[in-house]
Amino acid sequence: MRVRVILLTMIVELGHFALILAFAISLFQTVVPLAGAYRRMPGWMAAAEPAATLQLILIAFSFAALTYAFVTSDFSLRLVALNSHTDKPMLYKVTGVWGNHEGSLLLWVLILALFGAMAAWWGKGLTDTLRARVLGVQGAIGAAFLAFLIFTSNPFLRLVQPPLNGQDLNPLLQDPGLAFHPPFLYLGYVGLSLTFSFAVAALLEGRVDAAWGRWVRPWKLAAWVFLTIGIALGSWWAYYELGWGGFWFWDPVENASLMPWLLSVALLHSAIVVEKRESLKAWTILLAILAFGFCLIGAFIVRSGVLTSVHAFANDPERGTYLLMITAFFMGGALALFAWRAPIMQAKGVFGVASRETALIANNILLAVSCVVVFVGTIWPLLAELFMDRKLSVGPPFFNIAFTPFMVGIALILPIGSVLPWKRAKLGRVVWNLRYLAVLCVALGALVWAMQTGRTALGPIGATLGAWMVAGAAFELWQRAAGTPARLLRLPGADWGKAVAHAGMGITTFGVAGLLAWQVEDIRVAQIGESFAVERYEITLLDVREIEGPNYFSTMAWLEVSENGRVLTTLTPERRIYPVAAMPTTEAGIRNGFTRDIYLTIGEPQTNGGWAVRSWIKPFANWIWAGCIIMAIGGVFSLGDRRLRVAAGAKAARKRSVGVPAE
Amino acid sequence: MRLIAAFLMCFGTAVMAVQPGEVLVDPALEARARVISQELRCTVCQNESIDESSAPVARDLRLLVRERLLEGESNQEVLDYIVARYGEFVLMRPVASGANLILWLAGPVVFLVAIGGLLLSRRKREDAEPLTAQEQARLDALLKE
Repeated sequence: MRVRVILLTMIVELGHFALILAFAISLFQTVVPLAGAYRRMPGWMAAAEPAATLQLILIAFSFAALTYAFVTSDFSLRLVALNSHTDKPMLYKVTGVWGNHEGSLLLWVLILALFGAMAAWWGKGLTDTLRARVLGVQGAIGAAFLAFLIFTSNPFLRLVQPPLNGQDLNPLLQDPGLAFHPPFLYLGYVGLSLTFSFAVAALLEGRVDAAWGRWVRPWKLAAWVFLTIGIALGSWWAYYELGWGGFWFWDPVENASLMPWLLSVALLHSAIVVEKRESLKAWTILLAILAFGFCLIGAFIVRSGVLTSVHAFANDPERGTYLLMITAFFMGGALALFAWRAPIMQAKGVFGVASRETALIANNILLAVSCVVVFVGTIWPLLAELFMDRKLSVGPPFFNIAFTPFMVGIALILPIGSVLPWKRAKLGRVVWNLRYLAVLCVALGALVWAMQTGRTALGPIGATLGAWMVAGAAFELWQRAAGTPARLLRLPGADWGKAVAHAGMGITTFGVAGLLAWQVEDIRVAQIGESFAVERYEITLLDVREIEGPNYFSTMAWLEVSENGRVLTTLTPERRIYPVAAMPTTEAGIRNGFTRDIYLTIGEPQTNGGWAVRSWIKPFANWIWAGCIIMAIGGVFSLGDRRLRVAAGAKAARKRSVGVPAE
Repeated sequence: MRLIAAFLMCFGTAVMAVQPGEVLVDPALEARARVISQELRCTVCQNESIDESSAPVARDLRLLVRERLLEGESNQEVLDYIVARYGEFVLMRPVASGANLILWLAGPVVFLVAIGGLLLSRRKREDAEPLTAQEQARLDALLKE
């Protein structure tokens, strides 16, 4: 009994110790396999796998230890005292582990180790040297972040005088949508670290071929799926939690997640060309390097506080400097290696102007350029202040103008490009095949235009482009199945994945355009019992009362919504105060619907006894995130394709790579 | 620390940015006021436009925008008026002149360069392609075999 108690009180120290040990292991995992691959020593190369496994076990233990401290509210731990509270619901005690800088970084290295270990376990089909090099590079990334964690942001620091209770987690983070937003994002960022490791390993190896394209396939897909879900969760959270139903703010931190996403989409497509046609090799390697580079830049933006952002996470110059050093080291090293080795990556497949290859290059150019726009827009205030001593802002109006045209370009070429054959195609014929679709979509746009007299062109354009992408995806599936429904179900997962993901993109496009174009807003003072009309709905303020929650106080309103005299629902928007964190939040009352959301918020009491009420009708809001989830589902379909699983790819690749000299 | 506190306050209470009393009677004018408000950054809640911010400064600015509109100024005149007083920082969409042209043209220029580079590399490849009569003859001979 006594021993158990002592062990339990020691868990935090053991976790701390495990973290330091993991750092040592990660150094070992970097040096030994890389040296082994260089000198062709099998024993040294084989050390990578147990090292990766051990590193995962140690970090997982360390993470569990920190979670234990949060769950048991151990306020002698500085981090717990700053970010938790005994009254907090259990779910948020657990998610509070990563609701702060130090804990989120521990989650980051945990996921890093998880991906490293998975690459080690499932990478048996890779050549020994490539596998050792991938794990070695992954180990180096792990070492850099573990050092960052231990030396600048240690989560296991104790307090000499523990407080009686904690300072509570930022109430905005006490929400299911946001609780799971960071883990998904990190799975995406860190997944891109693995494609980075693959790229650097291939450069060290001096060989990029179809087999390489096949090997990175599952990892790039998984990273993209997680990133897509992570961004969608964040956007959805902003929509229902911030109280005015915005879903994207072009905030630096949002941009930090959008840039790797854009590049991961580009990578997703260009690696297909490497895999199928042995072209675009150098570009694909460069994308893999830059995609992770933008994840690092993103980490810098979020955690250094150099840019004005809603996510004031950790405004610490020391951390910023360290992260900048990590970024400079990995990007500088990888790009130098790239410049040195680029000439060996020669394209094999030649292709005509009208071909799938060209379409994918166009896709890549548009995505890369849109990433450049976001990047320049995000850092421009910083550059202006540094070099011109001007304080200026780059906000949503800029991005809406500068970014959208490239997205429209992508939407336009997508259905055409995805049905173009490889190598050499007759563009005329493909376009001719799509003529009915095009006419249909334009007609739909015209119809929408006619119905909405006097509003912006955004709605009709969005409807046309959305329909174009969805119908294009359906057309492609139909064409693949040669017009036979029975064959449709037997199509490979990759084909379905592609069509579903493209359709998801169309749905999101339509949702964004529809919401922005047709939203209706009403601001007014309402007395209790008063009714008012918003669009075709009649809204009645029934009551407003003070309510006490588990760790907050709330002003709750009851608003009845009816349509044509029939009661639809009663919504209860709230304004909460979390006394421990001394922070107010708003909880909107939302009635979700297929074609529209009804979104109500309650404001200040007015001097004449009424309440400020804001009502919105938000058309097609759900389509935005539904489209994202559909995109992610497409990715999962594609991941599940039997022909392209990790092991299958490895077997096929080994057969193919025999006899191909390295240099 | 106080700054961060102010910051967090902004974030949570944004719900009631535009108060019912601020709304102009003329819907067309009000719509214009909203458009202008979205172009202006709040100086306290720096991640929000004055249309979204609930800070008192933002409210003052919203009222100012509406005042100027009622006096018959154009959207641009209102923006100029406020920028002249609060500085360039409040402008969400930087002016497209001077050094800012780099910002505005970065995307289009990179796009054109990429397209141009692509065309050039294609032309180079095609230049190399045509066979001499001799080569053609050899190719034909080989194909016949």
